[in-house]
Amino acid sequence: MAIEKTTREKVEAGLARRHRKEALFRVVGMLATVVGVLFLGIFFATLVAKGSTAFKQTFVQLDITLEADVLAPGGTLDLGYADFDGLVRSALGKQFPEVTARADRRQLYRLVSVGASYALRDLIEKNPALLGTTQSLWVPASSDVDMLIKGNIDSNVDESLRTLSDQQIGWVTRLAARGRVESRFNKALFTNGDSRDPELAGVKGAVVGSFYMLLVTITLSFPIGVAAAIYLEEFAPRSRLSDLIEVNINNLAAVPSIVFGLLGLAVFIDWMALPRSAPLVGGLVLTLLTLPVIIIASRAAIQAVPPSIREAALGIGASNTQVVVHHVLPLAMPGMLTGAIIGMSRALGESAPLLMIGMVAFIVDVPGSLTDPATALPVQIYLWADSPERAFAERTSAAIIVLLGFLLLMNFAAVVLRKRMERKW
Amino acid sequence: MSIHKKSIVVSLLALVALQACGKSGTESEIKAKDAAQPAASSLARSGRDYVYIVGSSTVYPFATVVAERFGRGGEFKTPKVESTGSGGGLKLFCAGVGVDYPDIANSSRAIKQSEVDTCAKNGVTDIVEVKIGYDGIVIANAIGGQAVDLSRADIFKALAKEVPGKADGELLENSYKTWADVNPALPTVQIEVLGPPPTSGTRDAFVELAMEGGCMSVAWIKALKKSDSNRYKAICHTIREDGAFVEAGENDNLIVQKLEANPNAFGIFGFSFLDQNKEKVKGAMVEGVTPTFDAIADGDYPVSRPLYFYVKKAHADVIPGLRGYLREFTSERAWGEEGYLSDRGLIPMPDEERAALAANVRDLTPLSMASE
Repeated sequence: MAIEKTTREKVEAGLARRHRKEALFRVVGMLATVVGVLFLGIFFATLVAKGSTAFKQTFVQLDITLEADVLAPGGTLDLGYADFDGLVRSALGKQFPEVTARADRRQLYRLVSVGASYALRDLIEKNPALLGTTQSLWVPASSDVDMLIKGNIDSNVDESLRTLSDQQIGWVTRLAARGRVESRFNKALFTNGDSRDPELAGVKGAVVGSFYMLLVTITLSFPIGVAAAIYLEEFAPRSRLSDLIEVNINNLAAVPSIVFGLLGLAVFIDWMALPRSAPLVGGLVLTLLTLPVIIIASRAAIQAVPPSIREAALGIGASNTQVVVHHVLPLAMPGMLTGAIIGMSRALGESAPLLMIGMVAFIVDVPGSLTDPATALPVQIYLWADSPERAFAERTSAAIIVLLGFLLLMNFAAVVLRKRMERKW
Repeated sequence: MSIHKKSIVVSLLALVALQACGKSGTESEIKAKDAAQPAASSLARSGRDYVYIVGSSTVYPFATVVAERFGRGGEFKTPKVESTGSGGGLKLFCAGVGVDYPDIANSSRAIKQSEVDTCAKNGVTDIVEVKIGYDGIVIANAIGGQAVDLSRADIFKALAKEVPGKADGELLENSYKTWADVNPALPTVQIEVLGPPPTSGTRDAFVELAMEGGCMSVAWIKALKKSDSNRYKAICHTIREDGAFVEAGENDNLIVQKLEANPNAFGIFGFSFLDQNKEKVKGAMVEGVTPTFDAIADGDYPVSRPLYFYVKKAHADVIPGLRGYLREFTSERAWGEEGYLSDRGLIPMPDEERAALAANVRDLTPLSMASE
């Protein structure tokens, strides 16, 4: 009895302290979670606050007369040399006939983007019959006007401190009063390649480049990774060599990605003479990067298949290959696919290795094949973040939102796949 | 643990070995190429239908605008412009003649003799130099910060690692804490300057134009230039490392943001960033001159530099669109007084100089810097 009492006393004496510790532990854990969620919240909030405006773009309505003698002097239409700029300018001039001084007219022309001429060109190219008619068109405003409408240029500060003069702001206000200024969905952001004019810049080139790269990466790294994992798990004899390989694969997964870029530069571009800046080379480099991830995930998936299934198959006379192909592989597939998708989403977010193989470049044309020069989404973000024009700041955030969207989609697919195909034993 | 360490070493060795394979492969292949076929015939089987440009991140904003306008013309594909830095670009440019090598290298400094030699060694002999205009380097602070008038001597004294003492030949570790310590006319504000890292062309130009300019104001250091040029360079070109100068990376937008947050700090960047952010930051006067478009164009603002690009003559008639790109770049609507490049912050050259250079480009007159 005496001993039991002392034990009980000991427990009770320490109980308050243990409860305190437990409470403290919980609070610390909760605080850590709150801090994490808070950072994430701040990150998303600033991103959306900065980037959401980029999904809208200011347009100006102009009545443009497609004069035949301007566009097709001598009756022949040559799209390369036709003076579309001139037509846009005269249409803008018609809105403000009182502006005659050369310097003022130059200021006036800056209200509309060069994209107006390109839009006009596309219109005529599609439908040459419009020649000679007057069209009422919504053309993109210049990025300065766009910034003004979005409130990023403060019209109250001194004139010399802004990119738009009082006079220009006055014209914009008058155009707006006539109902000729409108904020519309920024389609260009999704249908155009890169541009140095923010109002024309889009992520399509980068998205297509990223897509081609991931295509190369998945077609190479998934079969190779799965085959390697099966061999290492099921067939390789246990020896010092296979231990060495195993440790090396784990190490490779932790090698900084820029190293793979250097390797890619030396092997694929210098030695194999593949083209610089091509999604093919980018995909190969990302294959090297994702291979260890996929091998590790695939091996874990194979290990998770219960031995009883293997033994049962062997017991009824299946060969080793049949056991793997008929039983182990189908059961391990969800885990392997999940690993592959996670590897792919890592590859999608990589920019460092792409620096080395020439993908940090200004490329306007959307790539049409694996060997065309291309950039990738993270690289596009990097390039825009470094551009002097103000309007690129919001587009940088918008591009990040697009990238995050793709990443979320891929990770969501991985989760769904795991949930729907996973088997519990 | 020991197995782990060993395997790390082994895997690193494997990586190095792979790299080495790649390298030796490259060299032998280049040699083999050279031996098997002269440069011209390798160009003849040209598989590239776009112009390939590399080089300076300072020229990048201008080259890309020209490339885009040229591409929208519709006749040729849009040139590809890679931002590699001046040195990296010239290295790629000089690696050889052929479709695998760039046609044009942008540079925020003139090509060096050593680079011309490397070029010549790799068969790149006829290089056409094109000066495109000027870029000012500004020392700016937040719009709410104090306006200052710096001399180049002030800049040197504030930022050099070692500054001259009272006696001739005496050098002291830079102990100036505030701008007023450097020059009593300046505000009593701690020296804090955000600038580009040593890999940047802007840094090179800043060191050469502002720091060295200030350095020359000290008579005995100026005398060193002839007698001991290495020491002269070490004194004039070394920036202090005690925290007063902060390397802020290549991203100039970031510097502008940091200046906004800290009105006492100054930042060093190109004029185009000042021009685009003029309601946030203002440029300090240097030698009494405010960095404005006109002051830089007239040559009054002392910290400005010419920008260049270099073209391979051998590519001119082989790569589709190369001549067209050159014509577009040197047209009045691009680099003229009121051209679209001046809207982007490029400071144009005087009329006669532009005309002479444009003629030069038409005839593709190569650089007269002979290789040794």
